[in-house]
Amino acid sequence: MTIEAGVIVFPGSNCDRDCVRALKGMEGYRVREIWHRETELGGLDLVVLPGGFSYGDYLRPGAIARFSPIVREVTRFAERGGYVLGICNGFQILLEAGLLPGALIRNAGLRFICEPVPLECTNTNTPFTKKVPRNLTLPIAHGQGRYFIDETGRSKLEAEGRIVLRYAGGTNPNGSTNRIAGIVNEKGNVLGMMPHPERACEILIGSSEDGRSFFESLLQAA
Amino acid sequence: MRYVVEVHLKPEVSDPEGAAILQAARALGFDFLSDVRVGKSFEIEVKEGTEEKELEVLSDKLLVNPVVETFRIRRDDD
Amino acid sequence: MREAPVLQIPKRDTVPSEGTSKTFLQSLGLSEEEIERIRSLLGREPTETEWGIFSVMWSEHCSYKNTKRLLAALPTSGKDVLQGPGENAGVVAVDEEWAVAFKVESHNHPSFVEPYQGAATGVGGILRDIFTMGARPIALLDSLHFGSTENDVHSIRSRRIAEGVVRAIADYGNCVGIPTVAGETHFDRSYSGNPLVNVMAVGVVKRKDVARAVASEPGRKVLYYGNPTGRDGVHGATMASETFEVEDEDKRINVQVGDPFMEKKILEATLELVQAGLLEAVQDMGAAGLTCSSCEMAGRGNTGIRIHLNRIPLRAEGLTPYEIMLSESQERMLAVVKEENWESARRILEKWDLEAVDIGETTGDGWMRVWGNEEPETEVAAIPVRCLTTEAPVYLPRRAGKKSGAEVRPQPALSSEEGNDISGHLLRFLASENVSSRRPIYRQYDTMVGTRTVWKTVGGDAAVLRLDGTEKGLAVTIDSNARFARHDPFRASEYAVIEAARNIAAVGARPLAVTNCLNYGDPGNPERFEEIAAGVEGLGYACARIGTPVTGGNVSLYNETAGAAILPTTVVGMIGIMDDYRRTTSPALSGDDLWLLGTHSPSLAGSEYEHWSRGETSAALPEIDYDFERSLHAFMVEAVSKNLLRSAHDISAGGIFVAAVEMVLKGKRGLVWEKVPEDDDFALVEYLLGEGGAAMLIATAAEKRGTVEALARRWNLLIERVASIEGDRLVFGKQISFSLENLAAAWEGDLEKRIFLLAGKEEAAS
Repeated sequence: MTIEAGVIVFPGSNCDRDCVRALKGMEGYRVREIWHRETELGGLDLVVLPGGFSYGDYLRPGAIARFSPIVREVTRFAERGGYVLGICNGFQILLEAGLLPGALIRNAGLRFICEPVPLECTNTNTPFTKKVPRNLTLPIAHGQGRYFIDETGRSKLEAEGRIVLRYAGGTNPNGSTNRIAGIVNEKGNVLGMMPHPERACEILIGSSEDGRSFFESLLQAA
Repeated sequence: MRYVVEVHLKPEVSDPEGAAILQAARALGFDFLSDVRVGKSFEIEVKEGTEEKELEVLSDKLLVNPVVETFRIRRDDD
Repeated sequence: MREAPVLQIPKRDTVPSEGTSKTFLQSLGLSEEEIERIRSLLGREPTETEWGIFSVMWSEHCSYKNTKRLLAALPTSGKDVLQGPGENAGVVAVDEEWAVAFKVESHNHPSFVEPYQGAATGVGGILRDIFTMGARPIALLDSLHFGSTENDVHSIRSRRIAEGVVRAIADYGNCVGIPTVAGETHFDRSYSGNPLVNVMAVGVVKRKDVARAVASEPGRKVLYYGNPTGRDGVHGATMASETFEVEDEDKRINVQVGDPFMEKKILEATLELVQAGLLEAVQDMGAAGLTCSSCEMAGRGNTGIRIHLNRIPLRAEGLTPYEIMLSESQERMLAVVKEENWESARRILEKWDLEAVDIGETTGDGWMRVWGNEEPETEVAAIPVRCLTTEAPVYLPRRAGKKSGAEVRPQPALSSEEGNDISGHLLRFLASENVSSRRPIYRQYDTMVGTRTVWKTVGGDAAVLRLDGTEKGLAVTIDSNARFARHDPFRASEYAVIEAARNIAAVGARPLAVTNCLNYGDPGNPERFEEIAAGVEGLGYACARIGTPVTGGNVSLYNETAGAAILPTTVVGMIGIMDDYRRTTSPALSGDDLWLLGTHSPSLAGSEYEHWSRGETSAALPEIDYDFERSLHAFMVEAVSKNLLRSAHDISAGGIFVAAVEMVLKGKRGLVWEKVPEDDDFALVEYLLGEGGAAMLIATAAEKRGTVEALARRWNLLIERVASIEGDRLVFGKQISFSLENLAAAWEGDLEKRIFLLAGKEEAAS
């Protein structure tokens, strides 16, 4: 079984190469880059919206990228049940495009934070998290990662088990609602997360290898 | 003709930047402040005859994230 | 490269001119002699545009007129050097296939005028120097020097500058996606009116893809891409060549604004263009903008260049030719392209939403000719290129001669409240602005993007990056040691080099090459010029002895405000190489035994402790034993490659004490240091906080004891087991014992509060 993965490249994406490198390093993955102006996804199993600063984060993170031609395709792909993973700026794009609920706003501490943080996986029953350990460490690197959702939306997410990642160890580095670090859509085939799994695929580089477990989960699900 | 679209975080979304500015201003001795909220504004030159309605659609679709932000449109006649 | 063409000064006056007003001439920053020399070189009165072109090309920033002779003595060659000084950046080979391009650049004056935009555009500028060499930038480093945040009259301004600079470096570097992996932040009163913002960038390039900024063929198209040209930054290069008056509000109109998104687009587009072989030459429009980039490319290739200003994309209305030629609008590129490659180049630029603009052509006549943007189109400048480049003036200013100062033996300075509480005194020192943890700063930088950074080396001695396609590790560091430079600028430069080299060695890499930034005062003042000359000599001497050629750098003079000059500051950026990045070590303490390797000869005179306790230093640190330094490097390279060490840390500012604290806190392990001189307070403080000598702390597992001792003997290095790695406290002798929590509280200190006035709160878990 091989997963055909595509990493979307927007102008200003800067974790696209890291995602490609990480997936190339995983067994069972074939990966290619997809320029944002393309209009077809052609036979993919997984689409990754990488981190970075698409369109310089001008206006709001993800607000301009969501109008790229390829995002329409990604929306259709998700409706058909394809796996979509939005990391950091990719998560922001998924929210702006309405594929996931809520918003990501400026960190409560007002400053960018880059460091590995402790996380808790609170639902291992999604295709992305079957093999993810309950306690894990992944790097974050963002200035606008405070997840916000209103009370109604939050109870719905909780009730449906769609909050899959929370900041743990008594920390909440960006002030997110209920320490939310990652959520899935209703069908469970779209995951948006602020931490960077692609940076944690080799122990020396990202301080842990917990990032691999997300990709291993997908392989098992597929 | 020119319009200004002012965008603010919704009241229920906390504004840490505003809170930090409030604190800093008080530390500097400006004790008349009771609250600060930070927003942004867009100055938009439009073609003659453009209706405010059209700006509302623009704001909703692009300028504003309705999940966390609200907006106000005013004509700038200066 | 072509032969230099024979030039004839035109008999006809190509350009109409009606004399030049005195006020205008005074605004150019040229001396009377220079003005006369320009008139006689052209044989006529220059036009306004020509005056502008000369003024920026003959400024210190572009011509190095005061320092050229000094810099000529630096060691610049070596077997690995592919490109030495004179290009956009130096290039050094790391193996048969790959090379590294690297350089440091200052943005001191702009950062004083407007800290945020000044620093942001500094980052942008140095990145462009790297990718114009065809190299993909993989790391940023910065050396920041600010006025003290301690309560003095300038501390509020210094804090505001520090806050803006750090935020800008984070915003710009993070957005472009280049990790900021290492750096230093130093506070001293002398920088309160003159902060130093030196940024270094490092890139990787295949040796066959190294690009150059040499326009060697006539008849090629001149390609402009990136941001349009505005009025911003007109005369930035001349500004960098003047001292500041106290509140120079007028200079504010010069501020350039950085656009990291445009930078990212021109970075990707330029690398695609270079890899497709479509550019014959490329240079960014940085200091002195279009003027400098066009005539330098023509000058290096002995060609000429013709530019039509009515084709330049403009951002504002009513720009004059003078302003267009001198604008320093950011994120603009100039390249030389063959006619037949134009369409392919245009398509690549279009992919990145960039427009390809044809603004002129290269010629064979050796002239720079500029046509204006008014109707009808007329020639506004015609200058032989060599008059702007090779024939720019060169000076050797007068040196005041070496100062001799009385040496004082500094004493530990316990305050009256502290009584004999040495522990409390040490904690207070640990929390001071030059010693405490830099995490509040580097946590704002994306240190990991690119997934090359070895995480454990971030915040250590040197950062290690893996090099794609190999197992090699590239170690990078940036250092300076200006504390005692007033006493001995030669020695201060030497210490900057050896500290950089030790940092490289501490992670197990071999020092390879150096870039530098010379931040000094007004060369017209003989005392200041003495510092400049001695500083450059010290740099050259140390680099020659360590074996690291200098492949480029930057000179920033006139760092004075209202007559007060900064500490003469030589900043050294160094790269090193190791065979296997996976073997690198870090300061995080682990293992069983801690060893003092080398000769530690602690002196409080010249130390950071003396600076902290007395507010000044009384002397320079002791002389350096280079043979020892080189043995230390060789030992470390071998020990790390053989996996003998569990951790290692260089002893620098704050001596043994601070080095040990950093190791225990990063490793979360305790340390019991048995033997310390305890007869009197002076001996104890000197042992713990003194600096000088060539030594390092290394940690090993118990079973490596014999091997490590034998290796040290083989390299003729002293080695002494000084402490056991055990427990959860840091213990020195009988008198001093700290819990790790207390140390962490002091060391993690209040830098956050000192610098960042607008402090948000990280919300507690709910």
